[in-house]
Amino acid sequence: MPLTVEIVTAERVVSTELGVDILIAPGSEGMLGILPKHAPLMTTLKPGELVFRRGSEEESFAISGGFLEVRQDQVTILADQAEAAGEIDVERAEAARARAEERVRRAREQGVSDVDMARAAAALQRSLVRLRVAERRRPRSGAAGGRPRPIGQ
Amino acid sequence: MPTIRQLKRRITSVKNTQKITNALQLVAASKMRRAQDRALQAEPYSSKLRSVLAGLASTVGSSQGERIHPLLASRPVRNIAVLHITPDRGLCGGLNSNLNRSAGTFVAAQHEPVSVVAVGKKGRDFFVRAHVHVTAEFTELGDYPSAADTLAIGRVLVEDYVNGTIDRAYISYPELVSTAVQRPVIRQLLPIETPTAEEQSAPTGMSAQYIFEPSPEEVLARLLPRYIEMQIYEAVLQNAASFQSAQMVAMKNATDNAGEITRELTLTYNKARQEQITKELLDIVGGAAALED
Repeated sequence: MPLTVEIVTAERVVSTELGVDILIAPGSEGMLGILPKHAPLMTTLKPGELVFRRGSEEESFAISGGFLEVRQDQVTILADQAEAAGEIDVERAEAARARAEERVRRAREQGVSDVDMARAAAALQRSLVRLRVAERRRPRSGAAGGRPRPIGQ
Repeated sequence: MPTIRQLKRRITSVKNTQKITNALQLVAASKMRRAQDRALQAEPYSSKLRSVLAGLASTVGSSQGERIHPLLASRPVRNIAVLHITPDRGLCGGLNSNLNRSAGTFVAAQHEPVSVVAVGKKGRDFFVRAHVHVTAEFTELGDYPSAADTLAIGRVLVEDYVNGTIDRAYISYPELVSTAVQRPVIRQLLPIETPTAEEQSAPTGMSAQYIFEPSPEEVLARLLPRYIEMQIYEAVLQNAASFQSAQMVAMKNATDNAGEITRELTLTYNKARQEQITKELLDIVGGAAALED
């Protein structure tokens, strides 16, 4: 029996996916693939890309960390933030990346506390994930699986 | 007995007020629907988080939990903080005074010194007037606060708790029972009292077979701050929905009252007008009779 995957954030149920053959998630200990009949699992997630496959079809979400629970072919993802690849506004994500980079640079120069540095770095990582997910969805010329082109050039 | 002119002015004035309350009622009604909807949409996340936390807590065990995470450790209470959540605005019936009375009574009953973190202007003003120490305030969160807006609130409390400034924290907010009823609630926020397994709907006793990555302790440590944030976010949403509901009901009552007053005044006005006409007629008839004589 295929998997049922539910992505939930504090604000809304982002998506409920039925009939998923495999789910690939960015676990805090490394990427993990969840297939049907997976043992009960509870893990933390780091910012990254969440991919579902149904046959040859693929769908992806950008998430910014959270928790993943597997129980009897029912997967629940408690995400801090989640966006479907199609929902991501590339221009806004790019602006967020630029802002985050600026913050990290300034934090490094001024030698602020570790906490602020960690926050700035986390923001940068989240924006990069969003861009990467959005980029994957965009039809690209050139070899498939190549490195994502930098956006905005 | 007011004059006809005074009555007429009074009617116009009441009708103008009615126009305003009616408009406010309609605005509140439409905002209420959205605010209540948002409060409902937060439900799946919170119930899920609760059931996961309950399972984890029973796995890790409460005695061990206190060692693992500072947010679970209860200490002798020397200082108390109350997170008081209220609307920013009035014109919502008894909501604000009920909330402030409930929190004020609670604060007065404590033996230890109490500080307040205020969300919303009405609660802040209340505690400032009462000379209670307000350590932080968050106002103008808007009609539909987002989860990100509320993160800072939790951070203030968690930092104070971890560095020992406060030893216990309570949260006070209006619970939306129905559109007509909002109940002030005060609950303990810190140290975290983990939900017990009985409360969750999912089958219990299975958490022992879970695989935890990296480890149950670390998952728990990541989960606890989220649990605090989630409770605060939920309370803020309840507050927003309660405010719109209370305002809608209050404005509906005001509009109905204005209608009633207009009706009564119009009756008095018509009577007075009729009397005047009768009087004038009598004068004319009396004058004509005098001429005939």
